[in-house]
Amino acid sequence: MAALTIATGTGNWFSALALGVTLLKCLLIPTYHSTDFEVHRNWLAITHSLPISQWYYEATSEWTLDYPPFFAWFEYILSHVAKYFDQEMLNVHNLNYSSSRTLLFQRFSVIFMDVLFVYAVRECCKCIDGKKVGKELTEKPKFILSVLLLWNFGLLIVDHIHFQYNGFLFGLMLLSIARLFQKRHMEGAFLFAVLLHFKHIYLYVAPAYGVYLLRSYCFTANKPDGSIRWKSFSFVRLISLGLVVFLVSALSLGPFLALNQLPQVFSRLFPFKRGLCHAYWAPNFWALYNALDKVLSVIGPRGFLRCLTLCALSSFMFGWHVHEKAILLAILPMSLLSVGKAGDASIFLILTTTGHYSLFPLLFTAPELPIKILLMLLFTIYSISSLKTLFRRSFTLVAQAGVQWHDLS
Amino acid sequence: MEKWYLMTVVVLIGLTVRWTVSLNSYSGAGKPPMFGDYEAQRHWQEITFNLPVKQWYFNSSDNNLQYWGLDYPPPTAYHSLLCAYVAKFINPDWIALHTSRGYESQAHKLFMRTTVLIADLLIYIPAVVLYCCCLKEISTKKKIANALCILLYPGLILIDYGHFQYNSVSLGFALWGVLGISCDCDLLGSLAFCLAINYKQMELYHALPFFCFLLGKCFKKGLKGKGFVLLVKLACIVVASFVLCWLPFFTEREQTLQVLRRLFPVDRGLFEDKVANIWCSFNVFLKIKDILPRHIQLIMSFCFTFLSLLPACIKLILQPSSKGFKFTLVSCALSFFLFSFQVHEKSILLVSLPVCLVLSEIPFMSTWFLLVSTFSMLPLLLKDELLMPSVVTTMAFFIACVTSFSIFEKTSEEELQLKSFSISVRKYLPCFTFLSRIIQYLFLISVITMVLLTLMTVTLGPPQKLPDLFSVLVCFVSCLNFLFFLVYFNIIIVWDSKSGRNQKKIS
Repeated sequence: MAALTIATGTGNWFSALALGVTLLKCLLIPTYHSTDFEVHRNWLAITHSLPISQWYYEATSEWTLDYPPFFAWFEYILSHVAKYFDQEMLNVHNLNYSSSRTLLFQRFSVIFMDVLFVYAVRECCKCIDGKKVGKELTEKPKFILSVLLLWNFGLLIVDHIHFQYNGFLFGLMLLSIARLFQKRHMEGAFLFAVLLHFKHIYLYVAPAYGVYLLRSYCFTANKPDGSIRWKSFSFVRLISLGLVVFLVSALSLGPFLALNQLPQVFSRLFPFKRGLCHAYWAPNFWALYNALDKVLSVIGPRGFLRCLTLCALSSFMFGWHVHEKAILLAILPMSLLSVGKAGDASIFLILTTTGHYSLFPLLFTAPELPIKILLMLLFTIYSISSLKTLFRRSFTLVAQAGVQWHDLS
Repeated sequence: MEKWYLMTVVVLIGLTVRWTVSLNSYSGAGKPPMFGDYEAQRHWQEITFNLPVKQWYFNSSDNNLQYWGLDYPPPTAYHSLLCAYVAKFINPDWIALHTSRGYESQAHKLFMRTTVLIADLLIYIPAVVLYCCCLKEISTKKKIANALCILLYPGLILIDYGHFQYNSVSLGFALWGVLGISCDCDLLGSLAFCLAINYKQMELYHALPFFCFLLGKCFKKGLKGKGFVLLVKLACIVVASFVLCWLPFFTEREQTLQVLRRLFPVDRGLFEDKVANIWCSFNVFLKIKDILPRHIQLIMSFCFTFLSLLPACIKLILQPSSKGFKFTLVSCALSFFLFSFQVHEKSILLVSLPVCLVLSEIPFMSTWFLLVSTFSMLPLLLKDELLMPSVVTTMAFFIACVTSFSIFEKTSEEELQLKSFSISVRKYLPCFTFLSRIIQYLFLISVITMVLLTLMTVTLGPPQKLPDLFSVLVCFVSCLNFLFFLVYFNIIIVWDSKSGRNQKKIS
């Protein structure tokens, strides 16, 4: 029976959590899906049936390809699996085609790609400082963080009901954050560069990455009081970072550069270039200013996370053409902070509750109403109670320490 | 209790799983002219709303009993009437006499599913939560895990929220009955159980253990004093509840008889369709259904049923205990399922509920049984196009049990409560030390067989000469498993007395 125990991962609560949420995602397969379902079916069709030169020009359907090339390649690879499910979905002219097999394939592809997200969460948990808060499993920060990330309400309803591929993308982001925590800066930079070429919305948080990598990687040493030692600037590191970003971009945009299609690609990625560009970049400059303002106080990965969340939030508040789903960009990194300090936990709870509630209009159909209410309640009750329990003890410890000190004096 | 929030989370998970399963198809969806259980329930709303009470159980031009005639006791009819009033408020077309036959729409499906959820939320789920909170000698974490596993039991979810039925009402009332009686609120417990029987007559499978336990309690208190008083009070409660439920139908003798005829259709034969009990399995080899005359079949099934449940019930009268009561519920219901007349595959839920209650005591065997019980309904679930939810909920249940109870570490003789039995056997057979090993291997064989059969049923088509091959195989394999469990549970009950003095008093 020992073999069976290991096989079923009895002792591993993380596997149980991951498997559990995966099974829940399978149960969500027959739920309502939005036009995003057709968007991705269309992109499967485009990348499968047409040559690369046509990918960013194809406009049979109104849902034209408007994500960077890596995502297009991703759809291309998926399409080669799709053909075993239902060949018809790969026909560009089959608009709004949604046979049961198509639905099954698309839903399963999202569920499958979440493997990357699960791996990233695991890596993030390793970075969490396991302070001796309590022997109880459910009170450990790692456990709470795993639940907050794996069972995140927003991701569940946006990815597995509404239909999108945010899971693995956030997986890439969380993985890059984890690598930065682990001081593997090059890997972190590489992963983020790759992520940018999957979905350019992550440009919103690029300034945070830029400033942090500059501060913590390019400046190799600090003065004893923590401020920058300007002389320790390493050009080599700066150049290697630049090289990584450049190479990834070359891999992504290279083919389109060769085909002289770069303007077309950019016009798809950043629609209404002339009118929007000014406003589109404005919040990033605002965020950049904000981040730079804090550059001296950006000490360590936690500061970076704060900066990242701030960038995400300000871009959400002031950006152009922002989708409500972009709130996830702020919520997910904030989860990592929430299990560290009580103050961060309170902010996280406010952010996550209101942010998740703001996603409600995404699902407007009657059968899905109980699902969104139940899942929202589940996540909200769990996050509030578990974080409260987590920090109640530390408050008690602090109070006790204070009393002891008072006695001593 | 502390960690109330985890219990709330568990209930929310249970509700979410239930609702997501309900998004799938239901019994008889889009299959005229008869449709299925879903249409039956809708039809009962139509009948009870539009016709006077006197006509509910009778054949008439307005009420064709051949088309899903009422065959549950009056409280089911009252429940349907209540739902009908709500339906009338939303859309009268759903229950219009005659014209609403076979009515199907997204909105109607939503309404019907909501009625199931509300009934579940009001009756079954609170009973489960309260039961788990009242478990003794278990940590809070284990109580919550127990609740999670019970709420995730796939069989009930798939039948109630997939196929479409209201089992959670009758099972919920039965559970309140068990709770009441275990906590010494005998009168309330009896009342709850009477409501259960009056909702679905199949709850009679549980009636004997209730009767024996209460009788045993009365004997213990002394038949000349408090015991007698208790007996009289219980009798009054039972009679009063029956009278209250059946009041409109007690006015005329013919009414009562007709309802009884609808409830107990003895004309329908030993079994109908494929079910995982002895008679259906035996029929594969010897067509007893055709060979033996009807009254012989009745007598035979009666004898076998009562012979198999007698030991446990007698033990319960002589030594009433809460633990014995729960195990006797299991063995009694299982005896009825295996040997009784006109058993349907869904009746296995009547055995599953008591098994859920002993999950914390014998997690390994309970999990195994509950998996088999879900598997035994596979042909029905496939017919309703519930393959995906079945597989997913079964896996979720399995993972929940494995993680909560570490079932694979609890396979020793003592954990399986077979220690006293093994010791007795070892007096005659000193080499009988491998019981635990045998059971583990049997479990593996059982699971592998179930998985293989499921795969075969789903992927392969049956051979032309034997179109029912896979259904029959599923029933046969399940029946063998159930026989094994019958023996196992009876061993636990009977051998429990031998070390009664040494065991802690579990009231």
